[in-house]
Amino acid sequence: MDILGHLNYWVVVFLMMTGFYVVIASGNLVKKVVGLNLFQASVFILYISMGVVTGGEPPILRDGTDVYSNPLPHVLILTAIVVGVATTALGLALAIRIKEAYGSLEEDEIHLKETEGLNDTSNHSGESAGGIDG
Amino acid sequence: MINNPVLRVIAKIMIPLILLFALYVQFHGDYGPGGGFQAGVIFAAALVLYAMVFGIEAAERVIPAKVLKVLIATGVLIYGGVGVYTLLLGSDFLDYNTLAHDPVHGQHLGIFLVELGVGITVAAVMISIFLAFAGRGARR
Amino acid sequence: MSDPILIALFAMMILIALAAIRLSDLFAVVIMFSIYSLLAASMFVQMDAVDVAFTEAAVGAGISTILMLATLVLTGRFEKPSTHKSLLPLTVVGLTGAVLVYGTLDMPLFGDPNSSVNLHVADRYLEQSSTEIGIPNVVTSILASYRGYDTFGELTVIFTAGIGVMALLGIGVRGRRK
Repeated sequence: MDILGHLNYWVVVFLMMTGFYVVIASGNLVKKVVGLNLFQASVFILYISMGVVTGGEPPILRDGTDVYSNPLPHVLILTAIVVGVATTALGLALAIRIKEAYGSLEEDEIHLKETEGLNDTSNHSGESAGGIDG
Repeated sequence: MINNPVLRVIAKIMIPLILLFALYVQFHGDYGPGGGFQAGVIFAAALVLYAMVFGIEAAERVIPAKVLKVLIATGVLIYGGVGVYTLLLGSDFLDYNTLAHDPVHGQHLGIFLVELGVGITVAAVMISIFLAFAGRGARR
Repeated sequence: MSDPILIALFAMMILIALAAIRLSDLFAVVIMFSIYSLLAASMFVQMDAVDVAFTEAAVGAGISTILMLATLVLTGRFEKPSTHKSLLPLTVVGLTGAVLVYGTLDMPLFGDPNSSVNLHVADRYLEQSSTEIGIPNVVTSILASYRGYDTFGELTVIFTAGIGVMALLGIGVRGRRK
């Protein structure tokens, strides 16, 4: 077991777990999205660190260099970053609509409203939970 | 922020430089770091700065929502169109070798067009996402 | 992995991530995320991934942060103090982390040129790119030519996400407001 040779994986696992902790332990939806992004960034580092070649250069061909880092993980992560921001935006947009419909972003309060709404509809038919404006 | 003279002047100096840099990144991506994804995001950053300093409505006068909707689809269509065109020329989908007489020139042309499509869609999506978020706040 | 710059960046990222857990002011959390992205971008430069660093700096520290701040304007800055016990999530996270660390023991060493990641198609791309594609930046040639299908798929995802956000939030201030 080589400590320095595996250090990158361990740090990535630690960062990944901090992101995971934010996602499952915090009740606020925006903070959950931030947690997902922390997780995502650590996965990026995992991929890039696997493509590193000792003594390598960035994969832009030029004379006088023979050793380049592996360009394939770079391509995968490059597109993944931009896709990541697009999906983050979608998640945040959903969070805004949830706030408008329920008046809160805390999981507990949304759950409470939801169960209240269910009781209301069973008592007086026709009333739905939370108004959604157009 | 609209009335802060420092921000207005600095933004007016910065925005053309950011746009120029985005174009450099777009078209120099074959030779140095860069490409459509980065250029699109940087281009969008310039318009986000404009919208933050001069207001959402001013930004929508520069690039109306209708134009953005068209641009979002245009980029994907350019990308897909290059693929369909290579199919029509008799090679595989997105095989650029047949685009020109020389395979290497064909690859150059194909990569240029494809990166252009990526840049247009990414920039338009990022700008419209920002305008959607900020416009939601402005309408309330 | 004996590069002191990388180790220092890793240490800073761990501190930032821990700070993001502890803070309940969401504005501060978002700024922490921005710093985290910038540190990740510096790390990508150090790991020879210049294109990725470029993207991460523009997207993570730029656009993502702006979007999160725009969301906070609409949804409020402070989160409610959590009433849950943190023991269960800590156990889950600890167990998952332990299993993952156990899994990494078989992974190739950092920077190993003979690891299976670096032996497969990467060499072919690096050797053939200059004659087949004729442009120096191998990342661009893989992105747009060798792996053109993948990139087309990714672009479609971005397109779809853009449509989704517009459907959820609507776009266009002019002409709607009275």
